[in-house]
Amino acid sequence: MALSERFSPITRRRLAVFRGNPRARLSLWVFLVLFAVSLGAELVANDRPLLVHYQGQWYAPLIVDYPDSEFGGFLPTPADYRDPYTREAIEADGWMLWPPIPFSYDTLDQELDHPAPSPPDARHWLGTDDQGRDVLARVIYGFRLSVVFALALTAGSLALGVFIGGVQGYFGGKVDLIGQRLIEIWSGLPVLFLLIILASLVEPNLWWLLGIMLLFSWLGLVDVVRAEFLRARNLEYVRAARAMGLPSRIIMRRHVLPNAMVATLTFIPFLFTGAITTLTALDFLGFGLPPGSPSLGELVAQGKNNLQAPWLGITAFLTLAVMLSLLVFIGEGLRDAFDPRHIQHASGKATPAGSQRQTATRSAR
Amino acid sequence: MSDETLLRLEDLTIAFDDAPVVEGLSLEVRRGETLALVGESGSGKSVSALGALGLLPPGAQVSGTRRLGDTDLARLSTRDWRALRGGRVGFVFQEPMTSLNPLHTVARQIGETLRLHQGLRGAAARRRSRELLEQVQLPRAEELLDAWPHQLSGGQRQRVMIAMAIANHPRLLIADEPTTALDVTVQQEILALLAELRDTHGMGMLFITHDLNLVRRHADRVCVMRHGQVQETGPVSRVFERPESAYTRELLAADPTGRPEPVAHGAPLLSARGLGIRFQRPKKLFSRRPPAFEAVKPLDLSVAPGETLGIVGESGSGKTTLALALLRLQQSHGEIEFDGERLDTLHGDALRRQRRRLQVVFQDPYGSLSPRMPVADIVSEGLRFHHPELDDAEVDRRVRDTLREVDLPEACGARYPHEFSGGQRQRIAVARAVILEPSLLVLDEPTSALDRTVQKQLVTLLRELQRKRGLSYLFISHDLAVVRAMAHRLLVLKDGEVVEQGDCESVLTHPSTDYTRALVEAAGLFPAA
Repeated sequence: MALSERFSPITRRRLAVFRGNPRARLSLWVFLVLFAVSLGAELVANDRPLLVHYQGQWYAPLIVDYPDSEFGGFLPTPADYRDPYTREAIEADGWMLWPPIPFSYDTLDQELDHPAPSPPDARHWLGTDDQGRDVLARVIYGFRLSVVFALALTAGSLALGVFIGGVQGYFGGKVDLIGQRLIEIWSGLPVLFLLIILASLVEPNLWWLLGIMLLFSWLGLVDVVRAEFLRARNLEYVRAARAMGLPSRIIMRRHVLPNAMVATLTFIPFLFTGAITTLTALDFLGFGLPPGSPSLGELVAQGKNNLQAPWLGITAFLTLAVMLSLLVFIGEGLRDAFDPRHIQHASGKATPAGSQRQTATRSAR
Repeated sequence: MSDETLLRLEDLTIAFDDAPVVEGLSLEVRRGETLALVGESGSGKSVSALGALGLLPPGAQVSGTRRLGDTDLARLSTRDWRALRGGRVGFVFQEPMTSLNPLHTVARQIGETLRLHQGLRGAAARRRSRELLEQVQLPRAEELLDAWPHQLSGGQRQRVMIAMAIANHPRLLIADEPTTALDVTVQQEILALLAELRDTHGMGMLFITHDLNLVRRHADRVCVMRHGQVQETGPVSRVFERPESAYTRELLAADPTGRPEPVAHGAPLLSARGLGIRFQRPKKLFSRRPPAFEAVKPLDLSVAPGETLGIVGESGSGKTTLALALLRLQQSHGEIEFDGERLDTLHGDALRRQRRRLQVVFQDPYGSLSPRMPVADIVSEGLRFHHPELDDAEVDRRVRDTLREVDLPEACGARYPHEFSGGQRQRIAVARAVILEPSLLVLDEPTSALDRTVQKQLVTLLRELQRKRGLSYLFISHDLAVVRAMAHRLLVLKDGEVVEQGDCESVLTHPSTDYTRALVEAAGLFPAA
């Protein structure tokens, strides 16, 4: 309670509205749990044991690369704990603690009963893809990659979009006019084609993709932020701040930005889902992440190429559908929480009747 | 005048979510008379009228007897309601800017009510619309029929609204603050028109207002409300001469009184020579740029230390623009000299340093405080910027001192603006300005959004501050009663031009131009005269 006391009443009301929306609240929790699990993907799905006890000594293969010679082998290369020889050697004189899924996203399972892609069984809970890699492990890593990528892209576009939109809106006039024309030209560039062309020039990795997509993803935010700044710069408290002699940068940061952030924040979840979708689409087309990366788009492509193995397509579909739905639900909750017309009822429930009441009291003035 | 009762409310109670807004209201409006419903904002005036006619949203609980003529309003079906509203009852609302649909022409909006209630269409509807526009004394009725709302002035729009309200010969006309958004001289015309229409059509009128001045002149009986309860009902002359309830007496005495303390004339603190403001008009493609619009024509003015210069004029006369130009928040031409230094040539940091000594309080107490900052931050912001050398304890001490000086509780620093009433917010705005210890304070209609009783308190506070700190004020207002209580000298603006300038009292008592005379008369400053 001490924490919520520190928030402004507006923030507190928004929190209450968000909490009063069970679907959004549930979605947020589920998403946070999934994201937390995927952040610790190495602990959940890995081809190395978490802990090894061998000949009275402790080993942590997650952190340190031990050479094969350490465990009775004779090669100086890193140990392969899945190798039957190494495993027997360790288990003869100690034990290993494996993660729940003993495969990483790029582990090729050499001991499949079926030709790859193999159907789900006790060994591979969601089956394997056509190269014999565990689908569940790839989904967990892919989920993390997608979310982190989207986070980075959203943060980057937010910084760029708010800065450029803010400067345009606050100063207006020629800055705005020229800025808007440049943005119109810039937004006319075909993003996907540009990405595809660039993919043939450079070896696309995560940073390249992030950089290229960042060049375009902030465009949508500019309009929102610019409109808010345009509106706010003529408000009386902004005028009062100017009359007080405050410089523009302080006025923009302290007086205008907090009010512009409302419209911006409601935009974020949709920016986020857009980023995930674009990354998936690029991977599906084969212009995205380098081959072998755990990507959901690649899983979709595999599902398309292997119609005889429906678990690939179904897994890809369900993962994307659940992830995007969760994000959209959270986004809706946020949007409602920031909507000033969405007034809470005395009982704590947000209903449309509340908004009518407000109109009534306003017209009564 | 007959004694036929048009609207009778008995024990009307209105509640939202079980919180009563109006309690036990009883009143009646007779044919041919005007009943004024008076009260400050939030007293339940408008809610009563809307509730009586079933115009409140479904969440409202309305109980009590409501009768219009011989119809029991509590038992009407939706269809009957629709026939009644706009038919037997006409409405005129406060905001002429928003109560007309901007996407329809005047003829179409009037025609709509004619079609709904009388089935008039085409040429017949147009003919009748034209008659109505003539009845509300709009010139060039034929032309105005095809005008869009944005082409009309506020007064003209309100006349169109009245034309729509009387289109179907209503028995009862409900006018909810019909003139609040209009200039004083226009107010008088509109109210005279309403009275005339009431007499010619034999209507009863329920006139909702907060302005006792208007009630005194334009109503027959008055009903004073406070916090949803009736304080007093009776004929206007009786209530004004022998008010029975304490609240009515308080309201009647709420006109700002007194005069500012006289000051010695010294060297001017702020002076402007040939100060004018032009707005460039947009240039159309392939045509010559039209001449610039002169919002304020070049004028001279000066304010002495400790003196208040009142600037009065109707909306659009350039008062606020002039103030913004003096503060260098608006581009202008001409010379501005502040404390012996040229202000109009300063830029950047030098200008920002001067701004500390030239502060401003704006009109809208709801818009001029950043809603996301607690009061202490709002008040201390300028201080922290202009005096970075002060430590937190010193800033805090000064904030508390200043809050006490403007009669706000010291403890309110941690609260947010929305927790305060309009009058308190205006005090916060004053505190924000005076904490920088300015020499000149520009007050841009600081009282116009406040109730009369609150206005009086603010005027007293401002005079007190002036006396203690030797502040100079530039006081902008359209309300002559407030200006009279504040200003030493007066400058009357009309369409960006100085009409009259001089000592406040002598300008008001012996106006030398027709315009000033009309303003003084409309304000009802000297009821005895």
